[in-house]
Amino acid sequence: MNEQIVQLQQEFEAKLAAVKAVADLEEIRIAFLGKNGSVTGLMKQMGKLSPEEKKTFGAQVNQLKTECTEKINEKQQALAKAEMEAEINSMPEFDVAVPPVLARGSYHPITLVQRKCEKIFRSMGFTVEDYSEVVTDYECFESLNIPKFHPARDMQDTYYLENGQLLKSQTSAAQNAIYRKYRDQLINEGKPIRAIFPGRCFRNESTDACHENTFFQMEGVMVDKNISISNLIFFMKTMLSEVFEQDIRVRLRPGFFPFVEPGFELDISCLICGGEGCPSCKHSGWLELCPCGMIHPNVLREGGIDPDEYTGFAFGLGLTRLAMMKYGVKDIRDLNAAGLTNLSQFTEDK
Amino acid sequence: MLISINWIRDFVDLDGINIDELIHKFSLSTAEVENEIFYKGSDLSGVVVAEIKSVEEHPKSKKLHLLKVDAGEAELTDVVCGAPNVRVGMKTAFAKLGAQIGDITIAPRDLAGFTSHGMCCSEQELGISDSNDGIMEITDDVAVGTDIKSIYEIDDVIFEVDNKSLTNRPDLWGHYGIAREIAALAGRPLKAIETADLSQYKDLPPVDIKIEDELCKRYSGIRFENISRKVSPVNMRIRLFYCGMRAINWLADLTNYLMLEMGQPMHAFDSRKVEKIRVKRFDKPFEFKTLDGVERHIDENTLMICNGDIPVAIAGIMGGLDSEIVDDTTSLTLESANFDAVSIRKSSSRLSHRTDASMRYEKSLDPEMTTVAAARFVKLLSDFDSGVKVTSSLTDEYAQKFDKVTLNFDKKFVDRYTGIEISNDTIVKTLTALGFGVTLNGDEFTVDVPTWRATKDVTIKADIIEEITRIYGYDNFDLNTAAAPLYPVRMFEEKNAEEQIKDLLVKRYSMHEVHSYIWAYADEYKKLGIEVEENVKLSGAANPNIETLRRSMIPTQLCQVRSNVSFDTDFGIFEIGHVVDGLKADGLCNEKKMLGITLFSKTMSTEDLYMKMVNIISVMMDDIRHKSVEFRAAEADHAYIHPKNYNTVICDGKELGRIGLVYPTVLRKIDKKANVVFAELEIDAVVNTENAGIHYEETSKFPSIDVDLTFITEKYAPIKAAIETVNSELIKNVALVGTYSDDLGKAVTIRISFVHPERTLTKEEVMEIADRIIGILKDQGISLKG
Repeated sequence: MNEQIVQLQQEFEAKLAAVKAVADLEEIRIAFLGKNGSVTGLMKQMGKLSPEEKKTFGAQVNQLKTECTEKINEKQQALAKAEMEAEINSMPEFDVAVPPVLARGSYHPITLVQRKCEKIFRSMGFTVEDYSEVVTDYECFESLNIPKFHPARDMQDTYYLENGQLLKSQTSAAQNAIYRKYRDQLINEGKPIRAIFPGRCFRNESTDACHENTFFQMEGVMVDKNISISNLIFFMKTMLSEVFEQDIRVRLRPGFFPFVEPGFELDISCLICGGEGCPSCKHSGWLELCPCGMIHPNVLREGGIDPDEYTGFAFGLGLTRLAMMKYGVKDIRDLNAAGLTNLSQFTEDK
Repeated sequence: MLISINWIRDFVDLDGINIDELIHKFSLSTAEVENEIFYKGSDLSGVVVAEIKSVEEHPKSKKLHLLKVDAGEAELTDVVCGAPNVRVGMKTAFAKLGAQIGDITIAPRDLAGFTSHGMCCSEQELGISDSNDGIMEITDDVAVGTDIKSIYEIDDVIFEVDNKSLTNRPDLWGHYGIAREIAALAGRPLKAIETADLSQYKDLPPVDIKIEDELCKRYSGIRFENISRKVSPVNMRIRLFYCGMRAINWLADLTNYLMLEMGQPMHAFDSRKVEKIRVKRFDKPFEFKTLDGVERHIDENTLMICNGDIPVAIAGIMGGLDSEIVDDTTSLTLESANFDAVSIRKSSSRLSHRTDASMRYEKSLDPEMTTVAAARFVKLLSDFDSGVKVTSSLTDEYAQKFDKVTLNFDKKFVDRYTGIEISNDTIVKTLTALGFGVTLNGDEFTVDVPTWRATKDVTIKADIIEEITRIYGYDNFDLNTAAAPLYPVRMFEEKNAEEQIKDLLVKRYSMHEVHSYIWAYADEYKKLGIEVEENVKLSGAANPNIETLRRSMIPTQLCQVRSNVSFDTDFGIFEIGHVVDGLKADGLCNEKKMLGITLFSKTMSTEDLYMKMVNIISVMMDDIRHKSVEFRAAEADHAYIHPKNYNTVICDGKELGRIGLVYPTVLRKIDKKANVVFAELEIDAVVNTENAGIHYEETSKFPSIDVDLTFITEKYAPIKAAIETVNSELIKNVALVGTYSDDLGKAVTIRISFVHPERTLTKEEVMEIADRIIGILKDQGISLKG
């Protein structure tokens, strides 16, 4: 072996061994294998040699060149790998257990329950109607077949205003307007009236954990030819099963409400015990949930609908009660008190 | 109302029927029954009739006596008894050893050195009255040793019907009416009620009765003498007690018994005080003392029973003290009458005095009942007091009858209403059992409504449906969905916008939705020094704190913010709620639906917080209507508003609402170190703003050129106006880069982005537009910086 080659080889090995970063490798490549590099320089000496020597020397230089290239590549891969590992290892593991900053807003629980109910009823073809809070005596009572002497009209229950209007004591106050709004479509186009009307109601009573003077109800009506009691029970059972997300049983008992005939109190099987009887249903297995009934002929007539041709059912759900049941709100007054510590918990619901 | 099954058994044979199931059925078909059913006498056994044979003083006790009683056994029993009324020869209820009284089992018991082998019982201990004055005295002729339950109706099942569920059923305010329902539910016949034949007295002189007022529909009266009984029969007293009434004396008990049995309130007068019965109202108010000793104010609307011109009773509510039966009363006049329901209801609520009688009258009782009840009264009176002498004819003034109600309908009507098949036979049977007269001709029904249902309850065909279906049982219904054409259900734009607003404020701005009241809470306002503004009021508001309706949601929200200052350093609340802004020209309330938003911050500057609100409103209108808004300075129109930075929110040239700051004194009362910004928008105005919608434009393939310009100006508005004046289609966007203040004043840097859809712009043509903007501003004295 040519001494010069051996020496160069040793020099290369030493320098390569000293390289610690991928970026420094290029320097060595240029120093040895570049145009003016040491190995390339050896090639240039070839001119002075005999053909015999040339052959041997040339082969040796070529071998050196190949070896150098390979070693540089090897080193490069090793260094790149080490550097990647170093980079990965340098990444700290974050402390994911720290309390998150949620900065969430919140919906009023009535909005959440109302949205859920509206979604269900909309999916069953009901329109969602809005109505004013101040109404006339006609809207709230007279149009609903509530005779002048009915207890609901007594001053202690209803907030009357100085101008003779009143704060609506029941969402039923919207019934007449809704019949009038849709009667033409019903009669001329055969489109049944299917509507719900959620809204704020007011009753003049003293407040405690179970009583509020301002609360939410949701009324619903369906009017068409041949709407029957059988349909009413079917709809109530179907809707309420959706609302409570379980297959519930319903039970109807006679109930007196002037705007329906027959009128019913609807009970549902207890949500806690499923009907076996438990403290929350006072061991009866049933919870009284909502009044309903077949719309009174006088109410339909007052809404411009012929009761001999059309029948319908109506029901009233207590949205406030539903919200309290759903979220376990024990004091009804919390809902209107605007206490953000309470209300901020109602971030979103399905 | 409490119902006794024993009493029902007087009218319906219930042998072999499960009583619990029957009551359950009643609850589902007729009226709501309270949960708890009382099984009277079930905890009582081993009590017999015994006679006291000897009474000795107890040597060590003044109260106790040593008795020997004959309980029908071979030997007399030694008993120690503390009752004050013991005497030899008295018969009483005796609990033998091993007897059960409530939770107690009677065992030999040592009382001050003597052993008692049993216990003499008071009526209270037996659970048949609340009298505990002494041991029960049995005056009936029964053998010693007889089990007390075999002679007295101590065993009974009592259930309570919710009075509210009887509002529309005047016929169910007595046991006979309930029995009619139960007979129908059990499929058993209803027995006729036994009455005396009053026609035998028709030749006796009548009672002088005149109805002088339309509010009295019928007045029946009859007189008696020679009443010897003082205390009511035991079984009658037990029924009254079980049904929640205290036994008083024979006549009072009997009128109460009749009321509980037939639902007909009755009153017994001392005949000396009612020689000329007149029913009328008085022109002038006066004071009147009722038999409970209370002085009551009688006005000109209250119907009175009078002796000539002297009032003796408040019609249908309560008798007067002066005409009450007293010890020397020898002749009685019985009233069995019918009054106008509305009038009784109004009078009783005016007097704040609801009685068992008024509760019944206000339901519209059947006027046909007065004479039947009187005949029943005479029957019971003479059954239990044989010496009684009737001294008048039954005098009956029947001023107004209800119209007879006959309803016609066919099978199809029933089918359509029920949605199920109920046979003609079932319909006929059900209605007949309830006392309706039914004629069936093919599929055509003619139904005569019985008088006890015809006063208001059953007047139209739909009422008949209820009768048929409730007895049929709603649990027995097949459930069917309705067949109806399908059509899309639109979500109304207003509703949609409200939901979008709620989502935006909650999700994007982390705000909290709250609810509030429609009236101004004076107390809360006062804490902030906010005056309640003059507005529509509740009439006769009981609570002066909540008598005026609110004109704006802002004071409400400021109160809500105040009560939440410790919740967080920064928060926002909002509500979509209603206000009443005075009256409209037609005299109706000018009700508006408003969106109120209030921001509270202890960390942001007033300006930053205000600009956040500006941004929220701008984003909101961009989000739901794709529209931009402008803000125009306005005059503060309420004392709680800061005179500066009060702006109207304008969109499409129309006002949507206002945003502003709180007057400093109010702000300090909310929190000394915080900032508060409010906004109030009218939902109608927001919703009615036309939705510009999304206008898609293809992104230009050519590069845009950005030009940054810095102007020395206090306000951005002139820059905006200048750009609008130039109105170049090449300007794609204008952004605010920042504002700076230095020695030269405030400077505003904007970045204008230019782009052409079809070619690359040259610097020159872009600068030409920029120069025009600069020129316009320069003319207004606004120079370019640098």
